[in-house]
Amino acid sequence: MTRRTLAALARHAALAALAVVFLAPVLFLIVGGFKPQGRILTEAGSWRAFFPAQVTLQNYREVFARVSFGHFLLNSLLINAVMVACGLIVNSLAAYALARLRWAGRSLAMGLVLAMLVIPFESIAVPLFYGLSALGWRNDYSVQIVPFIANPLSIWLFYVFFLGLPREFEEAARVDGAGVLRTFFGIVVPNARAAFATVAIVTLLFYWGMYLWPLLMTAGPRVRPLPLAIATFYTLPPLRWGDILAFGTMMVAPVLVLFVAFQRWFVRGVAATGIKG
Amino acid sequence: MNAAPGSRHEAAAGWLLSLPALLGLVLFVLAPFVFAVAVSFTGLRLGSPLPVHFVGLRAYERLFSDPVFLRALANNALFALVVVPVQTAAALALALLLERPSRLRALYRALFFLPVVFPLSLVSVVWVLLYAPGPDGMINAALHWLSLGHWRPHDFLHDPRLALAALMLTSIWQGLGFQMVVLLAGLQAVPAERYEAARVDGAGAWRRFLHVTLPGLRNPLLFVVLVTSVLAFRVFDQVRIMTHGGPDYATTTLIYQAVQAAFDRGNVARSAAISVVFFVIVLGVALAQRRLLRERREVA
Repeated sequence: MTRRTLAALARHAALAALAVVFLAPVLFLIVGGFKPQGRILTEAGSWRAFFPAQVTLQNYREVFARVSFGHFLLNSLLINAVMVACGLIVNSLAAYALARLRWAGRSLAMGLVLAMLVIPFESIAVPLFYGLSALGWRNDYSVQIVPFIANPLSIWLFYVFFLGLPREFEEAARVDGAGVLRTFFGIVVPNARAAFATVAIVTLLFYWGMYLWPLLMTAGPRVRPLPLAIATFYTLPPLRWGDILAFGTMMVAPVLVLFVAFQRWFVRGVAATGIKG
Repeated sequence: MNAAPGSRHEAAAGWLLSLPALLGLVLFVLAPFVFAVAVSFTGLRLGSPLPVHFVGLRAYERLFSDPVFLRALANNALFALVVVPVQTAAALALALLLERPSRLRALYRALFFLPVVFPLSLVSVVWVLLYAPGPDGMINAALHWLSLGHWRPHDFLHDPRLALAALMLTSIWQGLGFQMVVLLAGLQAVPAERYEAARVDGAGAWRRFLHVTLPGLRNPLLFVVLVTSVLAFRVFDQVRIMTHGGPDYATTTLIYQAVQAAFDRGNVARSAAISVVFFVIVLGVALAQRRLLRERREVA
């Protein structure tokens, strides 16, 4: 064997070993949800953690009996879909104005976006909670959506992408008499699909698991999203790990499906944030 | 809106298009932040009969003489000092392993990225089980097996010496894939000619890594270091679910302290002051990164 094949073999062995380590928690979650309650923890230390001797749907039945999973799922889907859709429109329009139009407040607005980019949500969550509660605005869907539509990171990502688009097509459309909005929706949006996909994915990854804000702003199951439901499983007796694992699997399933379907976009989008950021 | 370039119409269009976003940023980011700064100079407490008035830096003086807050600050700093270098080095190693094209590359890349799509709240619950104290806990069992039977089972999350390290490991597992993808894309953007030139000059693999790969990765590296440092200072979900800040404040963090002050004790001023300290730290990290980037441009 040459040195090169040996190196390749070593590389593949290292990758395979690491992949096993990385996958172990994921498999533990998914497989554990299908195991009888009593075996999840006792078998966690052996290969039986990944290859169950006995498969059951009992945990899933219990989850549906204990909480209205569908209700929480719909809440999460509704909140995230509206937030992502509104965010795409609002932030891309602002980014377009910043990247392409000449107007008096442009540099001021750009400064605001850059400054807001540095303020982390956690440092304003508590004051925002007090401000909105004082207005009596809490415990509904809109309070989980509206504050997050305008997003400095999304604006920044769109802005960088729009700057990189060739100007010629837009100028031709404008010369032909198309207005700003028609140019934007007719010429820019179709050429910026990658940017829209990236922003949608980054936003969704961030907000699907959002925990602190709905914990602060909502009470009771009516408008709460999935991440809070799993916390109730964890704190309210009886403590059944099988139920939690089954619930967790179902909670992450929508994102997993999206991930597998749009893997290329995910990876490209994340990579783009780093190269240009 | 029919606007000729540079016209008054265009100015109006600029304002109109950005108005919704700017309004949102001012109302939901800028205003609460200004509010936090203002409140941190008062003695505001929920349910206190005393009138709210200006007390200057008292909240900050109290914070910095409070051992629990200092412990939180130290925990966050330690978290950043360990997680940032370890995670970045591991992500770089993975990216280098995956750099060479192979049929399995896309599969591996997806596998290592997979934890990133898991919400932290779910990750935390799963890892509580992985850290289960007895010999049947997966991590205890794995260490027992790897140490050929020398490992004695530990109760990671209730051991003051191990709890923070346990949270760190969970965070590294969850965040590594993100860094790896960014760095891998950076590696692929380094021009192949540079490697060729170095090889012609007789540079070995290690010298090529030092003089071609690392300089070529400078921007992606700075980016992932910045993001990971900021995340290290905003650790919250894991603490809330896995350890509640314990044992003996071994895992308490800035944000955990801020949320506790506001909601368990109604001490709004303290919570706001912590938020401001947190902001100053993040701003410092961001400014340091900008400086490093600017130096690069001057050199180039």
